[in-house]
Amino acid sequence: MLDLAELWEYRELLFFFVWRDVKVRYKQTVLGAAWAVIQPLTTTFAFTILFGNFGGMAKQVQGPYALHVFVAMLPWTFFANAMSLAANSLVGSSHLISKVYFPRILVPIAAIASGLIDFAISFVVLLIMMAAYHVAPSWPMLLLPLYLLGTIVSAAGAGILFAALIVTYRDVRYVMTFVMQLWLFGTPVLYSLDIIPAKWHALYALNPMVGMIAGFRACVLGGPVPAQVILISSVSAVLMFVAGIRYFLQVERRFADVI
Amino acid sequence: MSSDAIVIHELGKQYTIGTIPIGDTTLGESITSWIAGPWRRFRQMSGYDTRSTKFWALKDVSFRVGVGEVIGIVGPNGAGKSTLLKVLSRITPPTEGYVDLTGRVSSLLEVGTGFHPELTGRENVFLNGAILGMFRAEILRKFDAIVAFAELEKFIDTPVKHYSSGMFVRLAFSVAAHLEPEILIVDEVLSVGDLHFRNRCLGRMQDLRDEGRTVLFVSHDLTSVRQLCTRALMLNGGRVVDDGSPAEITRRYERMHYEASESESGIAVRHHPPPEYHIRRVELRGPDGAPTGMFDAGDVMEIHLWSSGPAPENSFTVEFKLLNSDDEIISFGSANPVRDTYYRSEDQHFVCRLGPLPLTEGSYALSFTVGVWNKERWDFWAKAIGFTIGRCDLFKTGHGIANINDGDFVIAQEWLIGS
Repeated sequence: MLDLAELWEYRELLFFFVWRDVKVRYKQTVLGAAWAVIQPLTTTFAFTILFGNFGGMAKQVQGPYALHVFVAMLPWTFFANAMSLAANSLVGSSHLISKVYFPRILVPIAAIASGLIDFAISFVVLLIMMAAYHVAPSWPMLLLPLYLLGTIVSAAGAGILFAALIVTYRDVRYVMTFVMQLWLFGTPVLYSLDIIPAKWHALYALNPMVGMIAGFRACVLGGPVPAQVILISSVSAVLMFVAGIRYFLQVERRFADVI
Repeated sequence: MSSDAIVIHELGKQYTIGTIPIGDTTLGESITSWIAGPWRRFRQMSGYDTRSTKFWALKDVSFRVGVGEVIGIVGPNGAGKSTLLKVLSRITPPTEGYVDLTGRVSSLLEVGTGFHPELTGRENVFLNGAILGMFRAEILRKFDAIVAFAELEKFIDTPVKHYSSGMFVRLAFSVAAHLEPEILIVDEVLSVGDLHFRNRCLGRMQDLRDEGRTVLFVSHDLTSVRQLCTRALMLNGGRVVDDGSPAEITRRYERMHYEASESESGIAVRHHPPPEYHIRRVELRGPDGAPTGMFDAGDVMEIHLWSSGPAPENSFTVEFKLLNSDDEIISFGSANPVRDTYYRSEDQHFVCRLGPLPLTEGSYALSFTVGVWNKERWDFWAKAIGFTIGRCDLFKTGHGIANINDGDFVIAQEWLIGS
């Protein structure tokens, strides 16, 4: 299993990896960290026009549709970005891996952690949007960190699994692009959980992001908390995490030879 | 030695080097292999393909390194030196056997690992330091010393992508030089950079040795192995073939090296001579008159030299320089005293009887020049031919005198011992 004592010993290196990723990400860009906001905002805007106005989904959801989408877009963008950063992180660090020893798992973990900075910036935008739509923050919002944690665990599980797979099988990179697209449609980002028939909810919630996004919505926009969905998704997230780490540890030793 | 810092036990490392290609001859075979291709590649990448060619980069390597020993590892390319260091650094696992390292290990397989071009020098010092295993507090403490050592105070807040390659290497090495491991593993890093830089690297390695740290390093530079190490190993074909004092091992390695090259035959032929008067062939002949590259101290060597081409003047001389294994000129010879007597035709054969050779054991080379004494040079053939002194026992002790310990030559001497 994971050597936690060793990871603790290397905590400063993890910090430096995250710090490097954050520092480098927006170097030599004009807009800098604003890009962290622009991405979820533009997709929200596009989806609002497309599905909200033309698709008529705006009527099926509680509250303003734009906010409804953005609340979900926030964890989803983090999940998708962190996962793809993590998945490509090992191959991107092949030079380090073939020259220095450190626990390899630090690389995808650092990629996930660096995505959190973008999340924090976009979260400020959420607060601004809430103010603009006159949605007052409520007590349930204090539960957000829990759903964020669930999102991190899901992203880490999938990201670590894909990262390890990509080291040996570069095919997985191509698979990932359309997996992410399908995953988006299989997650209630553009629509609400309610349009899925209740008898399918248990199965649907095996996608961990279903529960996390439902949780985000319930926290910010109010409404009933789909406890069963959130519970199943949480278990699923933890299982995905364990599976990802186990596979990673199993093949980790070969990395330097095959990368 | 009180205890072992490194214990290596029957270490082996096997690599898969691809499969034997299967030729497609018919259209049917092409289609089958195209369809079966992904499955075959999948098995191959997953390491299940039994048809893959495998080879042992390391096999049955066992040795111990005591605390405070400085071990130099020499060997030809592909001998397994780098693989050994990678296994010791835990970058790649051994296929069989095990390694025990006692103490804090730093490995330096290249300088500047993890440097990011977009980050400033300051930021890279912290990043690289952390990658090499330093703690933040440690880097903070040594930061000024690192920058001063690299002589980059003015540029420390400039992104590294604007550095010259020399500045980059200086900064990278400076970080590495401030590591304080108990065991240091180094690969060939001394071979980069200019002479000044190399000397500083050597100086730093000497400090480490004097501080009693255990160092294991791979180098092609035999001089630094001799200067720094307390012990040397020779690797060949993935096995340790020799283990002993640096002087002994490097000498044997050199001899092995020379035997493989054509100069050891005692015959050197010029492939692309200049159009002017030039030397076209050199032979070294031993006491029996046959060409050879192996001599013992005290032998008389005959240098045969053939020249041809149009000479611009009819008065010229032939000269040689004798070089030791560090490429230092240790002696000189000239045909100048007899120059007026030998110039006759375009094609010329010179013989120089040299010796008895007062040289100590090791390898040497000869360079030749044709030109006007102290003025013009028409032809210079650098390191035209090499030879080895295999045995030097001029003091009749029964032990060899090697150039590493006792200098390159022995001056003829006469002792008077009174009462």
